[in-house]
Amino acid sequence: MTATDASTSPIDRDSITPLLEIKNLQVGFRTQRGEVTAVDGVNITLMPGKTLAIVGESGSGKSTTAHAIINLLPGSGRITGGEVLFEGRNIAALDEKQMEEIRGRKIGFVPQDPMSNLNPVWSVGFQVEEAIRANGIATGKQDVKKRAIQVLSEAGLSDADKRLKQFPHQFSGGMRQRVLIGMGLSSDPKLLIADEPTSALDVTVQRRILDHLEKLTRESGTALLFITHDLGLAAERAEQLVVMYKGKVVESGPSREILQNPIHPYTQRLVAAAPSLASRRIQSASKPLEDLGYEATRVTEGVDLIAAAESRVDAHAAVDSAPIAIEVRDLTKVYKIRGGKGSGSTLKAVDGVNFQIAKGTTMALVGESGSGKSTVAKLLLRLEEATSGEIRIDGTDTAPMKGKSLLALRRKMQPVFQDPYGSLDPLRNIGNTIAEPLGVFNVGDKKSRRARVDELLDQVALPKALVTRYPNELSGGQRQRVAIARALALKPEIVILDEAVSALDVLVQAQILQLLSDLQAELGLTYLFITHDLAVVRVIADNVSVMKSGRIVEAATTDEVFGNPREEYTKELLDAIPGANIPLGV
Amino acid sequence: MAGYIFRRVLQAIPVFFGTTFLIYFMVFAMPGDPIVALFGDKTPNPAVIEQLRQQYHLDQPFIVQYFLYIGGIFRGDFGTSFSGEPVTQILARTFPVTIRLAVLALIFQSVAGIAVGLVSGLRKGKLFDSSALVVSLILISLPIFVIAYVAQFVFGVQLGWARTTVGPGAPLQDLILPAIVLASVSFAQIVRLTRSSVIETSGLDFVRTAYSKGLSRKRIVPVHILRNSLIPVVTYLATDFGVLLVGATVTEGIFNVPGVGNTLYQAIIRGEGPTVVSFVTVMVLLYLVVNLVVDLLYGLLDPRIRLVK
Repeated sequence: MTATDASTSPIDRDSITPLLEIKNLQVGFRTQRGEVTAVDGVNITLMPGKTLAIVGESGSGKSTTAHAIINLLPGSGRITGGEVLFEGRNIAALDEKQMEEIRGRKIGFVPQDPMSNLNPVWSVGFQVEEAIRANGIATGKQDVKKRAIQVLSEAGLSDADKRLKQFPHQFSGGMRQRVLIGMGLSSDPKLLIADEPTSALDVTVQRRILDHLEKLTRESGTALLFITHDLGLAAERAEQLVVMYKGKVVESGPSREILQNPIHPYTQRLVAAAPSLASRRIQSASKPLEDLGYEATRVTEGVDLIAAAESRVDAHAAVDSAPIAIEVRDLTKVYKIRGGKGSGSTLKAVDGVNFQIAKGTTMALVGESGSGKSTVAKLLLRLEEATSGEIRIDGTDTAPMKGKSLLALRRKMQPVFQDPYGSLDPLRNIGNTIAEPLGVFNVGDKKSRRARVDELLDQVALPKALVTRYPNELSGGQRQRVAIARALALKPEIVILDEAVSALDVLVQAQILQLLSDLQAELGLTYLFITHDLAVVRVIADNVSVMKSGRIVEAATTDEVFGNPREEYTKELLDAIPGANIPLGV
Repeated sequence: MAGYIFRRVLQAIPVFFGTTFLIYFMVFAMPGDPIVALFGDKTPNPAVIEQLRQQYHLDQPFIVQYFLYIGGIFRGDFGTSFSGEPVTQILARTFPVTIRLAVLALIFQSVAGIAVGLVSGLRKGKLFDSSALVVSLILISLPIFVIAYVAQFVFGVQLGWARTTVGPGAPLQDLILPAIVLASVSFAQIVRLTRSSVIETSGLDFVRTAYSKGLSRKRIVPVHILRNSLIPVVTYLATDFGVLLVGATVTEGIFNVPGVGNTLYQAIIRGEGPTVVSFVTVMVLLYLVVNLVVDLLYGLLDPRIRLVK
């Protein structure tokens, strides 16, 4: 991308000098094995008032680039070369004192994780007010407070004046993110850096917040540097895209152009793998895919979500008459709330839920956080007891099961959880982790267990050499494969996947979805796929149930839900899939 | 809030009965006859022994002794020591001294420990940090009586800055040196605890966010780093207060402080059930109160654990 590219836009006349110009930026981290280069020769140009997105997977150096701009590199990181020109001045050469003047005042920053970026021991108002005071936007207690209320209201926080005294833990993730956005914009900066500002949030919340951010930056003429791993989101929100891979910029240019005609193989893979985009493509696939000219999908390395989804539709016809594997009737779970006003208060987490899953098919349970979908998983797995209702697995009620029969149920039904970092024991090597369920159920002897572990590693496409490695040596995708292998060790019939791909990068996510699809075809598994992300549902599920506030509001086949959603809430969820508004086709 | 404190006080009741019972039992189970031991090498008159036994209820079964003792406590009678002095008087004489010593030590160790730990944590790997780690390691490794004797010799005898032993009534200025000695081990622990806590907090996301808001380091260190780092330190201080009360025994012995440690030690040697149990009971109650105060203090430091109203 060059300055001439951006200035073809007729809107701004003063775009002769870029607001931010990064020239050949190099960032290194000192480690015991010498300096590791995290960002290698990055060039980015951002015009005043424009929006640019940096896209890449974790470890691509996109966040490091953002932190380098405001000189807040973590740990031993430092800029080893290149220039960061902000309003024509090289801010990479400034000392700490001068940098303080720039941060907040000229360059605002919205960090990634709303849960960890507010200090839990100070009130929200305090944290906003100190930013306003430090940047000299207002002085005097009343003025500062007034300004704080103003920025928080502008960021979309309702009742801002009453909420100033509240603490971060009393806020939802979306509200905290609004606070962080308000903070970032509190001093009317020329540039706002938003580092994955919504990736921790539900899709509908994400959409509202991004819409709002877009409106705010447009109104105030703030330039936005937007960092994301989701290409669909980036293309929808930014005029210019920069794709980073392993510390280098592999492609840059106008968003639409990159999306429709990706040149670099990595970008092509990203375009093909982004579930948000894939699901859109399938939706418009009343025409044959070849007509749409999506060459990109053909060049990916064995990852073809569209083909996977197509073969699913074919297979679906065959399993229509399959027996019911899971049947849930009037399932209800009521939690007692401690410490509330009046000791009798309760929360209905799951409220009269009914569904059936036929053998060998996948049902997706979709909903936002707090909708009760994970509670359903816990009830199915008998990790918690239902308050009322019935769960039948292969026609047998699970509620009275105890001891041996409960163990047999567990053997038949295995979970895979969201966090591949938290669900593996760090002190156990991969071989032992996968073999553990075999030991618990006394399956085979030592030798046959080893053989089974090898077989499982093969099934999830991991090298056998991993047997003696430990979880911390594995990537997130590899860990999730290990978790899947462990779940498959006992040859279960049912696998409950609770946000099993939500924590993964798009390319890895696509690979895992593909793997799950293949395993299902091979082993005849039944999946309950729990997710907040409708985009991945399209490629994995036969049926979809949409949950809201503990109830299933819509249940139908995947095609019906996507093609003809009945409920307003479902439509809202569908609209919130990033990239939905990008015109497709040639 | 009031309900919470009430619940905590209720929780103290089983703790009170449990500890007194256990301590009483252990004193009872100690080998040797306390009455015979009182007479040393002399052979006492059996009638006198019998009379003393009856006076101290030593002829009764254990459980009866225990309930007689507990019953006395509720009438404000903690029993009498073998020397005939009411235990309440001994308590009133010794506890203020030891509490003064412990509080003084607590102040020394928290102020100095947190200050040194903060600077160490902020300058990780620099000279100050390395020196602080070495010194704290030495203090942790040395037995407290070594530190006490060295301090007594250097500051008391050679430099003459302090009196080597504590005078009658234990005036505050005499307690300063013993308090510093008593604080030394915990000081080293607090330095290390604060240091690692500060290092951990400094790397947290919200600290980076604070910088990104344009705040200066001068503001971020006390406001965003120190306060968050203090939570584990406060936990340590709370448990340490109990240790200070009991651990004062050695220090009190060396500096001749007329406090709890000395008296309790003597009572244990003599097998004086009522005295030992009374002392331990008061200590346990003090400990419970300190823990309650600390739990309330948490709420001030961290609003997430602020109690539900």
